[in-house]
Amino acid sequence: MKEPKQLSVSAIQNGTVIDHIPAYNLFKVIQILGLDRIDNQITFGTNLESKKLGRKAIIKISEVFFEDEDINRIALVAPDAKLNIIRDYEVVEKKVVVVPDTIVGIAKCMNPKCITNFESVTTRFRVVSKKNVSLKCHYCEKITNQENLQII
Amino acid sequence: MKNKSLVSIDDFSTEEILKILDLTAEFEKEPTRKLLEGKVIATLFFEPSTRTRLSFESAINRLGGKIVGFSDASSSSVTKGETLNDTIRTVSNYCDLIVMRHPSEGSARFASEIASVPVINAGDGANQHPSQTLLDLYSIRKTQQKLDNLNIFMVGDLKYGRTVHSLMMAMSRWNATFNFIAPEELKMPDEFKLYLDNLGLKYYEHNDFTDIISKADIIYMTRVQKERFSDPIEYEKVKNVYVLRNSMLKNTKPNMRILHPLPRVNEIHQDVDNNPKAYYFEQALNGVYTREAILCLLLGIK
Repeated sequence: MKEPKQLSVSAIQNGTVIDHIPAYNLFKVIQILGLDRIDNQITFGTNLESKKLGRKAIIKISEVFFEDEDINRIALVAPDAKLNIIRDYEVVEKKVVVVPDTIVGIAKCMNPKCITNFESVTTRFRVVSKKNVSLKCHYCEKITNQENLQII
Repeated sequence: MKNKSLVSIDDFSTEEILKILDLTAEFEKEPTRKLLEGKVIATLFFEPSTRTRLSFESAINRLGGKIVGFSDASSSSVTKGETLNDTIRTVSNYCDLIVMRHPSEGSARFASEIASVPVINAGDGANQHPSQTLLDLYSIRKTQQKLDNLNIFMVGDLKYGRTVHSLMMAMSRWNATFNFIAPEELKMPDEFKLYLDNLGLKYYEHNDFTDIISKADIIYMTRVQKERFSDPIEYEKVKNVYVLRNSMLKNTKPNMRILHPLPRVNEIHQDVDNNPKAYYFEQALNGVYTREAILCLLLGIK
């Protein structure tokens, strides 16, 4: 007799769970946090049903605990993300992401004439609106809004 | 202000702006002084701009400084594929200050961050051209004896006109009232109107010169360029609406002055030139004094 098959996106002993990521931005979150370049065990699920987001994604990362500054970098692509900090299978802390005041090196300036699109310059933006994210380029001073936001 | 760069007019406090204007007035009284003797200024013009370059070079020459540079990217190492980063780092070694015009927006900010000497932005694409704004402010203060509470008319291309945007934002520091006169396609963009709304400043929009021209303290004219119109018929319809003629100036205030960043094409009829209210050529002369003041302040000479 066959063993019943079971998904193994199981609980983690120690680490971080990032929930409520919009499904279409899962890979952007992975990229921004550099999860594709670390050796820790990571499981993720995507296109899970969510009342709030329609389809959401979830990431569980073993033995990684993020600094607020690092985790806030995903605010551009996952503004509603919630973090559970897990120690010994228990949720010991919950966190939400906060849109930072400046964004360095994550987003692309939408102005085709901006110097950051010609030379290797690290992009830098001041966040002028946090609700509907709107970024003012430190260099060309033009606004990049949510609809035109591209992650580098 | 020593060793500071001038990239955007917003980088300077109101106090610093007034300091530049005061020093400009001193240079107007005595424009030729050997204050830059022994100094080398690089003028890097990655795109041609005759007026701005000549004005800066005239200012440098009057102060006894020496100039190195180029007036066109085709005569520079850009044609060999050199990055702006490398050009700026290299040229920093050859000079005491860099004056730069470049077609990419934000290029001047970038240059100021990597250069070891001060950078003056002489225009970065459609973004900023702060020495123009300062000479406009100087011209306004000189002709009106003040900057506060003036009624500024801006006419022509208010959508793409970099100089009008910068001047509008600068004048908003002194409680100005604005009248924007532009064709539908070239109206003042919403972001700038929002900026004025947030400051609680008054502005009015018109499609043509109306009777209220008599209220103007300053009329700032700009060129309506044919290439800005998606529909050439629209251009034909409006091209004569935004032309200032001497006959229109009859009921204007005695203190009213007409400014224009130049080059003018036909938006100010030549019959205006001899009217004492025409100020655009003096304005260009003020540009030399203003640039003398900027150069000296950034080099810590004044």
